[in-house]
Amino acid sequence: MKETLETVEEARDALSAVGYLPGESTALVSFLAARLGKPILVEGPAGVGKTELAKALARATGRKLVRLQCYEGLDESKALYEWNYRKQLLRIQTEGDAGWDAVQDDIFAEEFLLSRPLLQAIAETEPVVLLIDEIDKTDQEFEAMLLEVLSDFQISIPELGVVEAKSRPLVLLTSNNTRELTEALKRRCLYLWLDYPDLERELEIVRLHAPELGETVTRKLVEVIHMIRALDLKKPPSIAESIDWARALLLLGADDIDQSVLERTMSIIVKHRTDLDVVAERVGVKLAGRAFAAPRAQAG
Amino acid sequence: MSTGGGLYGGMPPSGPPGLAPRLLELADALRSEGLAVGTSELLDAFQALAAVPWTEREDFREALAATLAKSQEDRRVFEIVFDRFFFRAVERQAVERGLKEERFSGAERLDLEELRERIAAAIREGTDGEMSDAARLAIAAFGRQGEGSGVIGVDVQRIRRTLGLRSETGQEAEGTPDVTTVPQDRLREFERHLRRELERDLIQRTRSLPPARPLSDFDRALPTASSQDLAAVHRVVAQLKRRLATQGHEQRGRRASTHVDVRRTMRASLETGGVPLRLKYRPRRPRRPELYVLCDVSTSVTSASVFFLSVLHALHDSFRKLRSFVFVERISEVTDVFERERNFAAVSHRIATDAGVADVSGYTDYGRVWLEFLDRVIDDLDHRSTVIVLGDARTNGRDPRPRAFGAVAERAGRTFWMNPEPHLYWNYGDSVIQVYEPYCDGVYECWNTRQLEVFATALTEPRR
Repeated sequence: MKETLETVEEARDALSAVGYLPGESTALVSFLAARLGKPILVEGPAGVGKTELAKALARATGRKLVRLQCYEGLDESKALYEWNYRKQLLRIQTEGDAGWDAVQDDIFAEEFLLSRPLLQAIAETEPVVLLIDEIDKTDQEFEAMLLEVLSDFQISIPELGVVEAKSRPLVLLTSNNTRELTEALKRRCLYLWLDYPDLERELEIVRLHAPELGETVTRKLVEVIHMIRALDLKKPPSIAESIDWARALLLLGADDIDQSVLERTMSIIVKHRTDLDVVAERVGVKLAGRAFAAPRAQAG
Repeated sequence: MSTGGGLYGGMPPSGPPGLAPRLLELADALRSEGLAVGTSELLDAFQALAAVPWTEREDFREALAATLAKSQEDRRVFEIVFDRFFFRAVERQAVERGLKEERFSGAERLDLEELRERIAAAIREGTDGEMSDAARLAIAAFGRQGEGSGVIGVDVQRIRRTLGLRSETGQEAEGTPDVTTVPQDRLREFERHLRRELERDLIQRTRSLPPARPLSDFDRALPTASSQDLAAVHRVVAQLKRRLATQGHEQRGRRASTHVDVRRTMRASLETGGVPLRLKYRPRRPRRPELYVLCDVSTSVTSASVFFLSVLHALHDSFRKLRSFVFVERISEVTDVFERERNFAAVSHRIATDAGVADVSGYTDYGRVWLEFLDRVIDDLDHRSTVIVLGDARTNGRDPRPRAFGAVAERAGRTFWMNPEPHLYWNYGDSVIQVYEPYCDGVYECWNTRQLEVFATALTEPRR
């Protein structure tokens, strides 16, 4: 382990050092999670860095990241464990005349167990970061199944008994809030609401990821992004998209964002046809207006 | 909390000293606002507080929030309750120990114009402390010291008017920032400071702590613009869709299925030495619910229409098998309008102009609507269909034809009615909701997203 996240400041510095600029509450909750050994439930709009936080935590603490991507119909054989029945069959056949008891004891051993992310996360000897992504995509039954893992860090396998954690993973659950999670699950977690960052912090984030881009362009880019987020869009641009946009502008060698630059590169940040029209209409015109009031835009 | 008498409620008795009792009181206050704060949450909170330096206000608050408030809405309520709770705790101490603040005086010698500008500047870019100073200044200068109206909300609005503060609409020209306009969220922040300072004043004057009022719906609501209400409706409907989709899984046994699940059969065959004695079946996919939504767009429900249309819009986003109708005097199907047009503003415009709603008199004729509806969909309605009516059941004195509605309800699997009027007005005047109620599986008052959520829960409850 590189970092142990001993204090809130350490957590903040460790996250910043690996390229993730945490907000006040993000640093604090990460620290609490590491300290108390409780899972974090992260909610927020798409693209504010929920998944990225897990990756950053893994990098900051020098732990391995185990990821479980949730989807509708996910069941325990894909999340917890599965018996490797082909191998079990082979075993039965090769030992044709061995005693029944011997074979029975034999085929339900760890050797025949295929561990899926959850089992893998708690069976590691080194502590890991476990990311359970988009938990809201699964059904309530799956959530209920998670409870044993999240509160006691153990998994009951009927044929084997209880597998207890060799190390305590740092668990993050993310949710896009498409459905209400159960109280039982929420009760076991620390809650973190991630929102779009304010202008200054986003500016820092973009600077960190596209340092070669000029200062004025970067500032203007973030201002435009915030303007666009204020509109009523189907999908507002995420932080990742601001970074993509910054990199694209860098490639294009743009030294200012005016109407034509925006219209050419808009598809990087806005991904719906109707949204494109709205942005071109509302923001593009503003940029054209600004070109005449040049000193103000430059000073910004 | 009990009140100790006196005009403003007096001083409620204080509990035992120490951090733990205070936290329990805070938890109590949170529970009374509807947060589910259980013992395990409290234990977590204590653990978390042990890990952070409690002298840092921000850390202290975040640690509590992370352990006690488990959703965005809860988080908002938490912030308000937290502020109020500790504000009151501090003020109580001040009163008990007889501490007083010297109030700013000499306001009459100040140039009011200059003061206005200074306050506006503080609101625009001041820190928290500066804004609170500005609030005090404003109260001293414009608040008619010592004789407020007694109602804090009234005083806040009066001071705001006197200051001539307006919030930015985001529409004005660039370049010339008006001195009297300030960003909306900053203005709201300033009002919060004003309110707090006035409250402090009142407590100091009367030496008593007014009882804590429960939060109003307005306080609770997330600070979002009206356009984002649409997003809220969409969110509730998306939840509704999920619940409908997974509903009844548990009753649908595996016996009714047809496909053999090879993996599970092989797995089961291990118990019998690799001979597949017992077949395992794959569960059958759930049926898609069919929805028929009828929406009243007459003038008597004008204010609710926008809400209803946004519900319809959101439903169309989520359900494939959905047919929607709007009606005034007669009925007209608008399914294809919603399917072609993604933009909500465009949809409502098209429905208002050329959706073919026969609107001769502008008065709803429910009886006729049922007959026409029956005529159109009679062959498609079956026990899998759910019919949802959005309307106020005001027939303007025409025949409600409950038998026709009964026929619809009988053919459909389930029938629900959402009424945009408060329950109090039902069956009053020309409202005939009681005539239709016996045929419905449920009648709900519904004009905001919270009620929509109640409806969604009821709709997806397992059938009795």
